[in-house]
Amino acid sequence: MKFGIVVFPGSNCDHDCYHVVKHVFNKDAGYVWHKDTSLKGYDCVILPGGFSYGDYLRTGAIASASPVMNEVVSFAKKGGLVLGICNGFQILTEAGLLPGALMRNRGLKFICAHVPVRVDNNATPFTARYGKNEVVDMPIAHADGNYFADVDTIKKLEDSGRIAFRYSTPGGTATDDANPNGALLNIAGITNERGNVLGMMPHPERASETALGSIGGRGVFESIISALS
Amino acid sequence: MKAKVYVTLKKGVLDPQGKAVMGALKTMSFDEVRDVRIGKFMELEIDGASKEKEEARIKDMCERLLANTVIENYRIEIE
Repeated sequence: MKFGIVVFPGSNCDHDCYHVVKHVFNKDAGYVWHKDTSLKGYDCVILPGGFSYGDYLRTGAIASASPVMNEVVSFAKKGGLVLGICNGFQILTEAGLLPGALMRNRGLKFICAHVPVRVDNNATPFTARYGKNEVVDMPIAHADGNYFADVDTIKKLEDSGRIAFRYSTPGGTATDDANPNGALLNIAGITNERGNVLGMMPHPERASETALGSIGGRGVFESIISALS
Repeated sequence: MKAKVYVTLKKGVLDPQGKAVMGALKTMSFDEVRDVRIGKFMELEIDGASKEKEEARIKDMCERLLANTVIENYRIEIE
Protein backbone atom coordinates (compact mmCIF):
# COMPACT_ATOMS: atom_id res chain seq x y z
CA MET A 1 0.00 0.00 0.00
CA LYS A 2 1.46 3.32 -1.06
CA PHE A 3 0.26 6.89 -0.49
CA GLY A 4 1.08 9.59 -3.03
CA ILE A 5 1.21 13.12 -1.72
CA VAL A 6 0.89 15.72 -4.44
CA VAL A 7 3.14 18.75 -4.13
CA PHE A 8 2.05 21.98 -5.79
CA PRO A 9 4.07 25.19 -5.62
CA GLY A 10 2.84 26.60 -2.32
CA SER A 11 1.69 23.36 -0.70
CA ASN A 12 2.76 23.46 2.94
CA CYS A 13 1.13 20.45 4.59
CA ASP A 14 2.75 17.94 2.24
CA HIS A 15 5.47 17.06 4.73
CA ASP A 16 2.94 16.73 7.56
CA CYS A 17 0.92 14.24 5.52
CA TYR A 18 4.06 12.33 4.54
CA HIS A 19 5.19 12.24 8.17
CA VAL A 20 1.88 10.92 9.45
CA VAL A 21 1.56 8.22 6.79
CA LYS A 22 5.20 7.15 6.94
CA HIS A 23 6.19 7.59 10.58
CA VAL A 24 2.94 7.45 12.53
CA PHE A 25 1.25 4.70 10.52
CA ASN A 26 4.36 3.07 9.01
CA LYS A 27 2.99 2.98 5.48
CA ASP A 28 4.85 3.65 2.28
CA ALA A 29 4.55 7.21 1.00
CA GLY A 30 5.99 9.27 -1.82
CA TYR A 31 5.77 12.80 -3.14
CA VAL A 32 4.18 13.44 -6.52
CA TRP A 33 5.26 16.64 -8.26
CA HIS A 34 2.47 18.73 -9.81
CA LYS A 35 4.04 18.30 -13.24
CA ASP A 36 4.14 14.50 -13.01
CA THR A 37 1.94 12.64 -15.43
CA SER A 38 1.68 9.27 -13.72
CA LEU A 39 0.26 7.99 -10.46
CA LYS A 40 1.37 4.43 -11.14
CA GLY A 41 2.00 2.46 -7.98
CA TYR A 42 -0.10 4.62 -5.68
CA ASP A 43 -3.19 3.34 -3.88
CA CYS A 44 -4.28 6.57 -2.26
CA VAL A 45 -3.59 10.11 -3.40
CA ILE A 46 -3.55 13.00 -0.94
CA LEU A 47 -3.89 16.62 -2.04
CA PRO A 48 -2.41 18.44 0.97
CA GLY A 49 -3.17 21.81 2.47
CA GLY A 50 -1.33 24.99 1.71
CA PHE A 51 -1.53 27.94 -0.60
CA SER A 52 -0.99 26.48 -4.04
CA TYR A 53 0.02 29.22 -6.48
CA GLY A 54 -0.39 31.79 -3.73
CA ASP A 55 -4.18 31.41 -3.88
CA TYR A 56 -4.06 33.50 -7.07
CA LEU A 57 -7.34 33.91 -8.96
CA ARG A 58 -9.27 31.64 -6.55
CA THR A 59 -8.01 29.14 -4.00
CA GLY A 60 -7.13 25.92 -5.79
CA ALA A 61 -8.05 27.26 -9.25
CA ILE A 62 -4.62 27.25 -10.84
CA ALA A 63 -3.54 24.00 -9.18
CA SER A 64 -6.64 22.33 -10.61
CA ALA A 65 -5.26 23.01 -14.08
CA SER A 66 -1.82 21.47 -13.42
CA PRO A 67 -0.71 18.37 -15.36
CA VAL A 68 -0.98 15.95 -12.42
CA MET A 69 -4.66 16.74 -11.99
CA ASN A 70 -5.55 14.92 -15.23
CA GLU A 71 -4.04 11.84 -13.60
CA VAL A 72 -5.85 12.48 -10.33
CA VAL A 73 -9.15 12.70 -12.23
CA SER A 74 -8.54 9.39 -14.03
CA PHE A 75 -7.29 7.81 -10.79
CA ALA A 76 -10.54 8.85 -9.10
CA LYS A 77 -12.63 7.65 -12.05
CA LYS A 78 -11.02 4.23 -11.68
CA GLY A 79 -12.09 4.16 -8.03
CA GLY A 80 -8.76 5.14 -6.44
CA LEU A 81 -9.00 6.85 -3.05
CA VAL A 82 -8.40 10.61 -3.21
CA LEU A 83 -8.25 12.72 -0.06
CA GLY A 84 -8.15 16.51 -0.34
CA ILE A 85 -7.37 18.40 2.84
CA CYS A 86 -8.01 22.15 3.12
CA ASN A 87 -6.39 23.60 -0.03
CA GLY A 88 -6.68 20.03 -1.38
CA PHE A 89 -10.48 20.23 -0.89
CA GLN A 90 -10.50 23.57 -2.73
CA ILE A 91 -8.52 22.03 -5.59
CA LEU A 92 -10.95 19.07 -5.80
CA THR A 93 -13.94 21.40 -6.18
CA GLU A 94 -12.13 23.50 -8.76
CA ALA A 95 -11.20 20.34 -10.67
CA GLY A 96 -14.82 19.25 -10.67
CA LEU A 97 -14.19 16.06 -8.67
CA LEU A 98 -16.40 17.43 -5.91
CA PRO A 99 -19.37 19.79 -6.28
CA GLY A 100 -19.67 23.31 -4.84
CA ALA A 101 -17.05 25.90 -3.96
CA LEU A 102 -15.12 27.07 -0.91
CA MET A 103 -15.67 30.78 -0.44
CA ARG A 104 -14.14 33.37 1.86
CA ASN A 105 -15.03 32.78 5.53
CA ARG A 106 -18.08 34.80 6.48
CA GLY A 107 -16.05 36.67 9.12
CA LEU A 108 -13.37 37.45 6.48
CA LYS A 109 -10.65 36.26 8.84
CA PHE A 110 -8.18 33.45 8.53
CA ILE A 111 -9.21 31.02 11.26
CA CYS A 112 -6.68 28.79 12.97
CA ALA A 113 -8.38 26.83 15.75
CA HIS A 114 -9.23 23.41 17.05
CA VAL A 115 -12.91 22.74 16.42
CA PRO A 116 -15.30 19.88 17.16
CA VAL A 117 -16.17 18.00 13.99
CA ARG A 118 -19.02 15.50 13.76
CA VAL A 119 -18.74 12.38 11.62
CA ASP A 120 -22.05 12.37 9.75
CA ASN A 121 -21.30 9.42 7.54
CA ASN A 122 -19.08 6.65 8.82
CA ALA A 123 -19.81 4.38 5.87
CA THR A 124 -17.04 5.74 3.64
CA PRO A 125 -13.50 4.43 3.11
CA PHE A 126 -12.29 7.57 4.89
CA THR A 127 -14.48 7.44 7.99
CA ALA A 128 -15.29 3.79 8.69
CA ARG A 129 -13.14 3.75 11.81
CA TYR A 130 -15.25 6.46 13.44
CA GLY A 131 -18.57 5.96 15.16
CA LYS A 132 -21.69 7.37 13.53
CA ASN A 133 -22.12 10.98 14.76
CA GLU A 134 -18.91 10.71 16.76
CA VAL A 135 -17.50 14.16 17.54
CA VAL A 136 -13.75 14.54 17.18
CA ASP A 137 -11.34 17.39 17.63
CA MET A 138 -9.42 18.58 14.57
CA PRO A 139 -7.76 21.89 13.74
CA ILE A 140 -8.88 24.13 10.90
CA ALA A 141 -6.57 26.71 9.34
CA HIS A 142 -8.11 28.55 6.42
CA ALA A 143 -9.49 31.81 5.08
CA ASP A 144 -11.67 30.18 2.44
CA GLY A 145 -13.63 27.34 3.98
CA ASN A 146 -17.15 28.63 3.58
CA TYR A 147 -18.73 25.77 1.64
CA PHE A 148 -21.29 26.85 -0.92
CA ALA A 149 -23.35 24.99 -3.48
CA ASP A 150 -26.75 25.57 -5.06
CA VAL A 151 -29.87 24.37 -3.24
CA ASP A 152 -30.30 21.25 -5.40
CA THR A 153 -26.70 20.17 -4.87
CA ILE A 154 -26.91 20.69 -1.11
CA LYS A 155 -30.10 18.63 -0.99
CA LYS A 156 -28.53 15.88 -3.05
CA LEU A 157 -25.46 15.81 -0.78
CA GLU A 158 -27.61 15.62 2.31
CA ASP A 159 -30.07 13.03 0.99
CA SER A 160 -27.35 10.70 -0.23
CA GLY A 161 -25.20 10.86 2.90
CA ARG A 162 -22.36 12.59 1.12
CA ILE A 163 -21.78 15.04 3.96
CA ALA A 164 -19.00 13.22 5.76
CA PHE A 165 -18.14 15.87 8.37
CA ARG A 166 -19.94 18.82 9.91
CA TYR A 167 -18.86 21.49 12.37
CA SER A 168 -20.81 20.92 15.56
CA THR A 169 -20.91 21.63 19.25
CA PRO A 170 -18.83 19.25 21.41
CA GLY A 171 -22.16 17.53 22.12
CA GLY A 172 -22.72 16.90 18.42
CA THR A 173 -25.29 19.52 17.38
CA ALA A 174 -24.59 21.39 14.17
CA THR A 175 -25.57 24.87 15.34
CA ASP A 176 -24.74 28.20 13.72
CA ASP A 177 -22.59 29.10 16.72
CA ALA A 178 -20.51 26.00 16.07
CA ASN A 179 -20.04 27.01 12.44
CA PRO A 180 -16.66 28.76 12.18
CA ASN A 181 -16.81 29.93 8.58
CA GLY A 182 -20.42 30.12 7.40
CA ALA A 183 -20.38 26.85 5.44
CA LEU A 184 -23.86 25.78 4.34
CA LEU A 185 -25.29 23.13 6.68
CA ASN A 186 -22.05 23.39 8.70
CA ILE A 187 -20.36 21.29 6.01
CA ALA A 188 -16.73 20.49 6.84
CA GLY A 189 -16.23 17.59 4.43
CA ILE A 190 -18.02 15.87 1.54
CA THR A 191 -17.52 12.85 -0.68
CA ASN A 192 -18.22 12.32 -4.36
CA GLU A 193 -21.11 10.14 -5.47
CA ARG A 194 -19.04 6.98 -5.60
CA GLY A 195 -17.55 7.68 -2.16
CA ASN A 196 -13.90 7.37 -3.17
CA VAL A 197 -13.08 11.09 -3.11
CA LEU A 198 -13.22 13.06 0.13
CA GLY A 199 -12.60 16.77 0.55
CA MET A 200 -12.39 18.22 4.05
CA MET A 201 -11.36 21.56 5.53
CA PRO A 202 -10.16 20.24 8.95
CA HIS A 203 -6.63 18.85 9.09
CA PRO A 204 -6.56 15.18 10.16
CA GLU A 205 -2.78 15.10 9.64
CA ARG A 206 -2.37 17.73 12.36
CA ALA A 207 -4.46 15.66 14.75
CA SER A 208 -2.88 12.24 14.56
CA GLU A 209 -0.39 12.35 17.43
CA THR A 210 -0.99 13.05 21.11
CA ALA A 211 2.08 15.30 21.10
CA LEU A 212 0.17 17.69 18.86
CA GLY A 213 -2.79 17.95 21.21
CA SER A 214 -5.38 15.83 19.45
CA ILE A 215 -5.74 12.44 17.81
CA GLY A 216 -9.15 13.17 16.33
CA GLY A 217 -7.81 12.88 12.80
CA ARG A 218 -6.27 9.44 13.14
CA GLY A 219 -9.54 7.80 12.15
CA VAL A 220 -9.24 9.18 8.62
CA PHE A 221 -5.88 7.49 8.05
CA GLU A 222 -6.88 4.33 9.91
CA SER A 223 -10.02 4.08 7.77
CA ILE A 224 -8.06 4.49 4.52
CA ILE A 225 -5.47 1.91 5.61
CA SER A 226 -8.20 -0.51 6.58
CA ALA A 227 -10.01 0.08 3.25
CA LEU A 228 -6.81 -0.63 1.32
CA SER A 229 -5.79 -3.66 3.35
CA MET B 1 -6.80 42.06 -29.91
CA LYS B 2 -7.64 42.86 -26.35
CA ALA B 3 -10.30 41.13 -24.29
CA LYS B 4 -11.77 42.36 -21.05
CA VAL B 5 -13.26 39.81 -18.69
CA TYR B 6 -15.49 40.84 -15.78
CA VAL B 7 -16.10 38.20 -13.12
CA THR B 8 -18.79 38.90 -10.55
CA LEU B 9 -20.42 36.92 -7.78
CA LYS B 10 -23.79 35.46 -8.64
CA LYS B 11 -26.89 36.96 -7.13
CA GLY B 12 -27.64 35.34 -3.80
CA VAL B 13 -24.01 34.44 -3.11
CA LEU B 14 -22.90 36.18 0.06
CA ASP B 15 -20.07 38.68 -0.43
CA PRO B 16 -18.61 39.42 3.01
CA GLN B 17 -15.86 41.51 1.44
CA GLY B 18 -18.42 43.73 -0.26
CA LYS B 19 -20.33 44.00 3.01
CA ALA B 20 -17.15 45.10 4.83
CA VAL B 21 -16.43 47.73 2.17
CA MET B 22 -20.03 48.96 2.41
CA GLY B 23 -19.60 49.24 6.19
CA ALA B 24 -16.48 51.37 5.69
CA LEU B 25 -18.25 53.62 3.16
CA LYS B 26 -21.08 54.13 5.66
CA THR B 27 -18.52 55.02 8.32
CA MET B 28 -17.23 57.64 5.88
CA SER B 29 -20.76 59.06 5.64
CA PHE B 30 -21.52 57.73 2.16
CA ASP B 31 -24.95 56.81 3.42
CA GLU B 32 -26.48 56.49 -0.03
CA VAL B 33 -24.62 53.22 -0.69
CA ARG B 34 -27.11 50.37 -0.51
CA ASP B 35 -24.92 47.45 -1.49
CA VAL B 36 -21.38 46.68 -2.64
CA ARG B 37 -20.38 43.60 -4.61
CA ILE B 38 -16.74 42.97 -5.34
CA GLY B 39 -15.61 41.23 -8.49
CA LYS B 40 -12.58 40.79 -10.70
CA PHE B 41 -11.50 42.49 -13.88
CA MET B 42 -9.01 40.86 -16.23
CA GLU B 43 -7.37 42.13 -19.40
CA LEU B 44 -6.18 39.58 -21.90
CA GLU B 45 -3.94 40.35 -24.87
CA ILE B 46 -4.90 37.84 -27.54
CA ASP B 47 -3.17 36.77 -30.75
CA GLY B 48 -6.12 35.92 -32.94
CA ALA B 49 -7.56 36.99 -36.25
CA SER B 50 -11.22 36.20 -35.84
CA LYS B 51 -13.23 37.96 -33.17
CA GLU B 52 -15.97 35.32 -33.25
CA LYS B 53 -13.53 32.47 -32.89
CA GLU B 54 -11.71 34.17 -30.03
CA GLU B 55 -14.94 34.99 -28.26
CA ALA B 56 -15.77 31.29 -28.15
CA ARG B 57 -12.30 30.49 -26.87
CA ILE B 58 -12.41 33.17 -24.17
CA LYS B 59 -15.80 31.82 -23.10
CA ASP B 60 -14.13 28.43 -22.76
CA MET B 61 -11.33 30.05 -20.69
CA CYS B 62 -13.95 31.59 -18.40
CA GLU B 63 -15.86 28.34 -18.00
CA ARG B 64 -12.73 26.32 -17.30
CA LEU B 65 -10.50 28.69 -15.32
CA LEU B 66 -11.16 32.42 -15.17
CA ALA B 67 -14.51 32.11 -13.40
CA ASN B 68 -15.97 29.51 -11.08
CA THR B 69 -19.47 29.18 -12.45
CA VAL B 70 -20.71 27.64 -9.21
CA ILE B 71 -20.50 31.06 -7.60
CA GLU B 72 -19.55 33.52 -10.32
CA ASN B 73 -20.89 35.05 -13.54
CA TYR B 74 -18.66 36.46 -16.25
CA ARG B 75 -18.94 38.97 -19.06
CA ILE B 76 -16.58 39.33 -22.00
CA GLU B 77 -15.77 42.44 -24.03
CA ILE B 78 -13.50 42.25 -27.06
CA GLU B 79 -11.84 45.36 -28.48
